[in-house]
Amino acid sequence: MTDFALPRHVSARRPPPSWHRHLHGSELGWAIAFVVPYLAVFVALVLYPMAYGLWMGANPALYAELAEDPNYWKALLNTLVFVGVAVNVKMLAALLLSGFFMRKRRWIKALLVIYILPWVLPAVPSYLSFHWMFVSEQGLIDTLLLNLFGIDGPMWFASHWLALVCNMISYVWKWMPLWTLIFLAGRMAIPEELYDAARVDGAGPLDLFRRITVPLLANLYLISTLISTIWTVSDFTVTHFVSDGGPAQSTDVLATQGMIYALELAKPHLSVAAGLSIVPVMIAVVALLMRKLRTAEVQL
Amino acid sequence: MSVLALPGRSGRRARRPNYRLRKVLIEAGSILLGIVVAVWSLIPVYNMLFIAFNPDGYDEFSGLLWPEHATLDAFIGLWNGGVDDVEFFWQQLGYSTYIGLAVMVLTVLVGSLASFAVSRLRLTREWMLNDIALLTYVIPSSTLVIPFYRIMHQYGLMENPWSVITAEVAFATPYAILVLQQAGKLIPIELDEAARIDGASVWQVYVKIYVPLMAPALAAIGTYALLFAWNDYLYQYLFLAAGEHTTVAVGLEQIFDDDDSPYNYMMAMSVVYSIPPVVIFYALRRYMASGLTRGGVKG
Repeated sequence: MTDFALPRHVSARRPPPSWHRHLHGSELGWAIAFVVPYLAVFVALVLYPMAYGLWMGANPALYAELAEDPNYWKALLNTLVFVGVAVNVKMLAALLLSGFFMRKRRWIKALLVIYILPWVLPAVPSYLSFHWMFVSEQGLIDTLLLNLFGIDGPMWFASHWLALVCNMISYVWKWMPLWTLIFLAGRMAIPEELYDAARVDGAGPLDLFRRITVPLLANLYLISTLISTIWTVSDFTVTHFVSDGGPAQSTDVLATQGMIYALELAKPHLSVAAGLSIVPVMIAVVALLMRKLRTAEVQL
Repeated sequence: MSVLALPGRSGRRARRPNYRLRKVLIEAGSILLGIVVAVWSLIPVYNMLFIAFNPDGYDEFSGLLWPEHATLDAFIGLWNGGVDDVEFFWQQLGYSTYIGLAVMVLTVLVGSLASFAVSRLRLTREWMLNDIALLTYVIPSSTLVIPFYRIMHQYGLMENPWSVITAEVAFATPYAILVLQQAGKLIPIELDEAARIDGASVWQVYVKIYVPLMAPALAAIGTYALLFAWNDYLYQYLFLAAGEHTTVAVGLEQIFDDDDSPYNYMMAMSVVYSIPPVVIFYALRRYMASGLTRGGVKG
């Protein structure tokens, strides 16, 4: 495993502090006082809701009900497709684009300012805008297709797969800049000398990417993908505002399907059970993240 | 490259035109990519403005690419109020701002204090705090909202902005802690020790050494927390009352749901709602950029 750190700071690192390190008197008091706010937040606003949620979803009959509900399976499948495709496309594109933004040109620096904009814009307005761009044959996208290329664009929200693609496009648009910035910072931390040395040895751009960038960014890439996976599983907003689950609720993901159970069918326990059904996957992701963050040094 | 295989020629001379061609191609390619990136980033923004500047909000359905009679009507109407569904816009913007700033300040404060205690005062090993933070992610937040809803009733915070603030702080702090823990490794602990020997209290070390040196990471985390609150819809929708006492995100949904509502107003609201985070982000970007490229201080 490559431990990735800024080399010039390595010398400043000490061996990991020991558990028993002497914190005494007022110092210990301060340390505890500093941690208490977060622990209070964690207990009152994370542990308690979690325990409550597990209790709400404890009845096995709920899972039997879910298993018999085709809407549940459809939402689960959509969630897996959405996360599997959109997260990976976004991460890969962000990794490649971060290389583009490494180029030292004035106009590329200016372009970066524009490129970050989607991340800074709030989600609801952006997704509403996407909704109106796709929603009808007179939306901006189909109008552009007609005027520029003479193509009669599709009815985006009439097909399950096209609607899902619309959701994914909107999602990638919104979140790709954040990860591009993170990969850009990761690339900047790679010492230029590594590339120079490899170039002297006759390495081409592809070699540089494969032999230097990829191995050195691997941990950052994996950790980012895992975090992004977690966030995306609980993304309610994009599906709700872009396709609104349409056509005929065929693009609902677990997050939106859960709200249908809770609000439209007034079955909050079923809603919690639907969400808990994906927790085994989440535990695997979180466990991997814990391990990675313990061993790798990355700048998030 | 095949030229290299040709015997009897100076490799340098043979490679030169090829090299130049490659340079031109790379330049052309990067300009093309730049155009694609710019169009990709700006189209939804353009669409937002396009609808907002429509006279009646229905031009987007008439196959036009730009408004034929661009007007500021929607913005003026928003300013004056009195239009159905948007009459509470300014109160809602106040709510959004209040929630956003509170989440920003509390996340930075709670996250940095905990991270300071663990990684600088070495209260426990660093991975313990990371792991506790990551536990938050085990159940999707879109699921936790249901038990949260009941708990907020118990806490008596329903329809109170603090229900949203506390929940959002709980979900924004884990990532803040992860980032701060990693960024803190770049600041030599000797600085703290030297200050302590000189008689500084723990609080002074936090305020005078940790906070200034961590400013880039703290600015990044603050932006992240603000955007987190600004992006949220689900918690605000479920925890807050309708109408006057809710946020813009929920107000937008109310217009979205109402088929009779003028969409130019909805988009004008969207544009105004987008301005605060954009301004704050570009104001704080200077700090973050210096943090990203400098990576803390030199040891």
